[in-house]
Amino acid sequence: MDPKRLVEVLKAHPFLEDFRPEHIEKLAGMASQVSFEADQTVFREGDESSFFYLLLDGKVALETRAAGRTLRIQTLQAGDELGWSSVLHPVRKQFQARTLEPVKALAFDGARMLEACESDCSFGYALMRRMLGIVAERLQATRMQLLDVYRPGGPRAS
Amino acid sequence: MTPATTAVPAGMALPASRAMETVPARVAKVEKETHDTFTLQLEAMNGRALARFAPGQFSMLYVFGVGELPISISGDPERPDRLTYTVRSVGQATYALVTRKPEEAIGVRGPFGTSWPLTSARGKDVVIIAGGIGLAPLRPAIYSILRHRGDYNRLILLYGARSPRDMLYKKELAAWSYLPDTQILQTVDYGGVSWRGHVGVVTTLFRYLRLQPRQTSAFICGPEIMMRYVVRELETRGVADTDIHISMERNMKCGVGFCGHCQLGPHFICKDGPIFPFREMRPWMDKYEL
Repeated sequence: MDPKRLVEVLKAHPFLEDFRPEHIEKLAGMASQVSFEADQTVFREGDESSFFYLLLDGKVALETRAAGRTLRIQTLQAGDELGWSSVLHPVRKQFQARTLEPVKALAFDGARMLEACESDCSFGYALMRRMLGIVAERLQATRMQLLDVYRPGGPRAS
Repeated sequence: MTPATTAVPAGMALPASRAMETVPARVAKVEKETHDTFTLQLEAMNGRALARFAPGQFSMLYVFGVGELPISISGDPERPDRLTYTVRSVGQATYALVTRKPEEAIGVRGPFGTSWPLTSARGKDVVIIAGGIGLAPLRPAIYSILRHRGDYNRLILLYGARSPRDMLYKKELAAWSYLPDTQILQTVDYGGVSWRGHVGVVTTLFRYLRLQPRQTSAFICGPEIMMRYVVRELETRGVADTDIHISMERNMKCGVGFCGHCQLGPHFICKDGPIFPFREMRPWMDKYEL
């Protein structure tokens, strides 16, 4: 992808809505385009958390294994982000990410992003605010799921 | 801004003299939707015509010798020859209802209550958000919008269910998703490995929408806690509470506001609802009994 097109793609991604142009440029300098086949493992539970992805096309399942079964935590698709924990470097992946269909994404090295955050606090603040937004959204979604609101008889009280 | 009216269209309100009259209807068809939910189609019998209904209204269905239940009408409002109900079997009376056989009789009272504000939604995007069996009372509104498609802008349905096997009307959802200016987004709380769709609560679907808040009319039905969070998402995105309508549920018995079983503050859910502008319900959400 040529640099101009890359900037346009980043600008259009919901994660970077209202991101300042110089910050977009900075991210563009760190982005690499990646693609995955359907049913390919992007990362496994316990892997070192290295890459952050902005999904451009396709779907990814976030999964974990429990009681001998694979459980889906979330389905991510174009416009979503994957691997926010990469900016907590060093940390290990909590879940497995598996593609449900062919996926195109932009990948960012977590360690490099962290360096950029530390050397440019304005960029770091803008990026971390967005990351915090994702974390808060996922925490809220998980809490709601735990309530099991569609259970016959209503949400679980205990 | 004044909320849109939820009163049923002129001439469709059930006369008070017929409110306590149980009309027998013949079970024409019982269709299994999910492992615990069934759709019943009732037709007139003994030459007694079925009353017309507006989308969002409910009937009192009487299983003779077992009991009477408030059930939302889930069929096409422009098919007055039949009444359709989607029922989840959760207790003795609902079990008796869903195990009726074709040709058996069920008593019907109603229809009762207010309706989705389809007239004031004309010219706008209609965003329908349903959780679980909450899709049933919204389906007549969808049928009505599809029949008068040119009167509305985009039709957006966000539907959340517990798991893929709990999803209602799967074939219709698939068919609607191919219609122009129609966006159908589905999600489940728990998806298996083979599920290709979205996993997460229904509010997580909002990030895939581009809402035009001043041109949006939202209809919501589902568990109250879900509706609360959905309203929060809509308001965060700029939709006014006068453009948000919800369907409430309480212990409805008489259907006409006499018995008081479904009273919630100054409202009788059976008579003043079940469809309310959110502005009217805001102070009463979360209160099961007073």
